[in-house]
Amino acid sequence: MTTGREAILARVRASLADDPPHVVPPRNYRLRGERDRAAVIELFVERVRDYEATVVVADDPGAAVASALEAAGVRRVGIAPDLDRRLRPSGVELIEDHGLGSRDLDALDGAVTTCASACAETGTIAIDGGPGQGRRALSLVPDLHVCVVRAGAIVETVPELIAALEPSAREGRPIVLVSGPSATSDIELTRVEGVHGPRRLVVIVAT
Amino acid sequence: MTHSSLDPAAARDARPESFPHAATGALANQQVRANIRHATTTIRRKRAGVVAEVPDWELLRSAGSAIKDETLASLDAVLIELEASVQAAGGTVHWARDAAEANEIVVGLVQAEGADEVVKVKSLATDEIRLNEALEGAGIRPIETDLAELIVQLAGERPSHLLVPAIHKNRVEIRDLFRDRFGLPDLSDDPAELAEAARLHLREAFLRARVAVSGANFAAADTGTICVVESEGNGRMCTTLPDVLITVMGIEKAIPRFRDLEVFLQLLPRSSTGERMNPYTSLWTGVREGDGPQTFHLVLLDAGRTRVLADPAGRPALRCIRCSACINVCPVYRQTGGHAYHSPYAGPIGAILAPQLAGETGAVASLPFASSLCGACYDVCPVLIDIPSILVHERGKAVARERSGIEGRSLKMLGKAFATRAGYERAQRLGRQLQRPIARDGWLTHFPPGPLGAWGRSRDLPALPAQTFREWWESRDDRA
Repeated sequence: MTTGREAILARVRASLADDPPHVVPPRNYRLRGERDRAAVIELFVERVRDYEATVVVADDPGAAVASALEAAGVRRVGIAPDLDRRLRPSGVELIEDHGLGSRDLDALDGAVTTCASACAETGTIAIDGGPGQGRRALSLVPDLHVCVVRAGAIVETVPELIAALEPSAREGRPIVLVSGPSATSDIELTRVEGVHGPRRLVVIVAT
Repeated sequence: MTHSSLDPAAARDARPESFPHAATGALANQQVRANIRHATTTIRRKRAGVVAEVPDWELLRSAGSAIKDETLASLDAVLIELEASVQAAGGTVHWARDAAEANEIVVGLVQAEGADEVVKVKSLATDEIRLNEALEGAGIRPIETDLAELIVQLAGERPSHLLVPAIHKNRVEIRDLFRDRFGLPDLSDDPAELAEAARLHLREAFLRARVAVSGANFAAADTGTICVVESEGNGRMCTTLPDVLITVMGIEKAIPRFRDLEVFLQLLPRSSTGERMNPYTSLWTGVREGDGPQTFHLVLLDAGRTRVLADPAGRPALRCIRCSACINVCPVYRQTGGHAYHSPYAGPIGAILAPQLAGETGAVASLPFASSLCGACYDVCPVLIDIPSILVHERGKAVARERSGIEGRSLKMLGKAFATRAGYERAQRLGRQLQRPIARDGWLTHFPPGPLGAWGRSRDLPALPAQTFREWWESRDDRA
């Protein structure tokens, strides 16, 4: 008996009997942006705000995290065990995630993480489980996500973002791209913020 | 939620009928037409806005199209590389020749985990193979977690749009459905409140889920990374919280390189929801210790895709990244909605893909005719699928098939008879004899009952004249 694998591969080869030409994809689209650093950061802030997220540009990200949590009125906040000391505010109960269960995560009011890189044109932050970012569930289940973005980690275009993330993919790290808070357009194609992911996203740009 | 609310309703199992038939019914539904007109008008405006701000949009379209063509031209090698990469990252790869085999694999995997329910991310591939029915048949409850899929599932209907399966329903209809199914009599029709109701309804399912089923938007062969693009966070929930993740993916979703996402993650969100980027994109590579599901199965699905691949003229349909831009601009879809297509793939792309996947049999064989060939779909397609040309190609195939019928055989005989002047003139003389019983006042109107009558009565057929021009010329009196 042939297996599905052999059968499908044989079908594919038979289907390509006309020997279609090998195509080399043109890469003549924009591979990097042309804005200067200040303009890239400005664009990032503008684009993230477009998604109804809160954006704060701060030279003291620790203080910005503290005031964001205070403004949100949260008490119990999840963090990765390796989150930088300076990003741990004192006014709230911080719970380090050493493999919290889904229900424990659901009982948290919010989470504070860093990110791997970010893209200005699309207002995207990328999380790859690196230092301070925790595992994926940490920034997913609680209803508030406060994310600290180093200004230096912001690139302008999508090709630059994907290039920055490729080493993580090769290491087998899971990656999540976040562009604004959870939303749906499923009712009359009207965008509504807030379904299953964090309904509030606060992005702190650390300059 | 009670189990009975998941039972297949009559609408879901309606017998497929040909497009003209189904469309007649759909056109009579004013509410659905109004809902679809409203929704597609909104999305078209948004798409046009975010596409216009990308200076290299046309270059990205060419690159996206070329990457897909490159993949298809060496699909066997790409699939083998993908399989090796996923296995190296701790995943298991399965190959399914058809829908039945894919369903059998998934049901078997869920049963092996001892689970009696699965959470599902919106997936066209699993709609196509009717996985939910297979799971229900095995006593496993599939829980759709995408808001629109949930609406469709609660209503016992079928999806009517690639991206927004419940596009045919407006907020009031959704409110009434949620009031009834969730027992929330005071729910308003504010979309934010409706979304909140869905959040609460599904939260518990996410937290207890042990097995999830997803589709895939892309799968990078070089790294083995699977990509799911979504908005609500249900995709993240399903691909992160459960112990076991099963992804069902059409073989044409493979792309050669992780890097190629730099093109598709620009083309897809802008074409699809008209956003610069969709809220969430999940990328995972096999399994990762301490983060997410510790068991990952990838089911590679053929189910007709190699048949599409075998036809060089129809092959570009496999470039499709399921953005639905073509659907939103289609004047036919805007009138009939998606249900008339009797396929998860509605609109222009459905009109070429559904018949090709099904081997041009059944009700979907009529779909290539469901178009005015206006070309709006080609203009917006992010991977440059020349849908109008493939529609014409598919029509040609349909006509060629019909040639084997009585009409086709008769026309072939006529073609032979008319091939010479002598034969043509003999046929004219014979025709004049034969038409006598059915000709009146210069028209063939009095057909006998039967197949010839059915054929003739639907046509305005002038009778053969008593004398042809040539006969008159030969017989005129003033010949020199």
